[in-house]
Amino acid sequence: MNVKVIVRGKTKGSLLVAKNPINFLGGIDKKTGIVHDKKHDLFGKSIGDKILAFPFGVGSSVGAYTLYSLKYNNCAPLAMICLKADLTTASGCAISNIPLVVVSKDDYDLLQENKEITLDAIEGKIL
Amino acid sequence: MELTKEEEAALDGKQGETLALAYRTLVAIGEASGADKLIPIEWAHLSGVNYNTIGDAGKEFLSNLSQDAKFKVKTTVNPMGFDFDSVSRYHLDDKFIENQRSIKNSYEKMGVIPSYSCIPYEIFDLPKQGTHVSFAESNAAIYANSFSGLKTNKEGAFSALASALTGKSPSSDLRDDDIRKPNLTIRMKVEPRDELTYGMLGYFAGKVAGSSVAISGVNGLDRRSCKSLCAGMGTSGACGMFTFGEEEGEKIDFDKNEMQKIHDELNTSEKGDLITLGSPQLGIEEIGDLASMLKGRSFQKRCMIFCPRAIQGQIRDLGYSREIERAGGEILYDCCTCLSPLVDNKEVDSVVTNSVKGAYYLKSSNKVDVNLKSLKRIVEEETR
Repeated sequence: MNVKVIVRGKTKGSLLVAKNPINFLGGIDKKTGIVHDKKHDLFGKSIGDKILAFPFGVGSSVGAYTLYSLKYNNCAPLAMICLKADLTTASGCAISNIPLVVVSKDDYDLLQENKEITLDAIEGKIL
Repeated sequence: MELTKEEEAALDGKQGETLALAYRTLVAIGEASGADKLIPIEWAHLSGVNYNTIGDAGKEFLSNLSQDAKFKVKTTVNPMGFDFDSVSRYHLDDKFIENQRSIKNSYEKMGVIPSYSCIPYEIFDLPKQGTHVSFAESNAAIYANSFSGLKTNKEGAFSALASALTGKSPSSDLRDDDIRKPNLTIRMKVEPRDELTYGMLGYFAGKVAGSSVAISGVNGLDRRSCKSLCAGMGTSGACGMFTFGEEEGEKIDFDKNEMQKIHDELNTSEKGDLITLGSPQLGIEEIGDLASMLKGRSFQKRCMIFCPRAIQGQIRDLGYSREIERAGGEILYDCCTCLSPLVDNKEVDSVVTNSVKGAYYLKSSNKVDVNLKSLKRIVEEETR
């Protein structure tokens, strides 16, 4: 699958796929990486060490620092896949060195929870 | 993205790691948003100032950055977690205070104007119409685009910081006049109206709209309702501006039903132990208005009122702060309802506020219940 590269990098890991957008500031515990927004479909799950797929980020712009905190606390995703890279997510990933790519809706729907993938955010491919 | 030779060199680290980091951030955002180049901006407004929101990671990051970074354009900042002048009256641990001081020092070392306000559009002279700025505070970005004639994206903390360091921003999204034109209209159908209904309208619009939205059936908004609309919209979604009137394309009604759903989502208590006013912070008009509403009345419980430092002298000279303090209000500067550690769930179970944005963050971050009602009702029910 071809992807658009936003922040470069290469990683391998298992997928965690969200249906709802993520509010990083209000919805994620920055010390553990656990989703604590009760209305979110990933509630109770950890986004750490996963390749996190979600539609896009919402809410406060300070969410970018939450991404940096997750990295600092060793509970950041390995990489992220979005339908639309909002500014908060893109900048948070850039500064935290988390590879970030954008995929089409059709490709997003093919992403399977727990599947092991290789994300090549240099060549722009998911294998 | 097309970069100039100078921009490429800076991206490669030829002008040091700080500028390389700033340009990496701008390029990532530019690629994400389909920008073809970087353009100059005149003013950056930064979020990520409150220790409660950026934590140790943010504090360390800013401390490292401030070793050699200097802001290149006019740069203002969002509120902190508390007011240094009155913090000794609250139960806040010394560690938090020191961490907040470190963040404040880092920003000031880099050359920020120490505004500590989420309403820069109300306390600074505005550049001429059409000027590009880079505002990270969501209510301020929406206000700047929708009421002040400025152009900004709803920036992230890092993109605005990168803009402050370089004086540039990717030319994308709401910097493009075609994208500023809404393709969805929300018809305001709710009566009667006050700042709370407009806050919920904004919250609804943020959930359903793309980058820009039209709102019809609204005119003659006062400042309080304008700010409430912008803050509600900024809380729930990615939408960065609105226009008034009906546009071509899809139309959605905001009616009593939709409003009730939002009220049910945000209002979790029928009473509160504490009142907070100000998210966004109250400006001079709203403080004057509040002072006259409070004439001859007193709060029956604690009430915290959040303002920018910039109006402190004026509201004292006009007698507003004396009137509010006589009524039992606590006026705090440099901080805001949102994410303030001064609202502690070990001390209060529930908070009364008229702010939709405040309600969202009080619930999700301060972990308290919220009794959401209009300022008029707060004065009627919580003062005597």
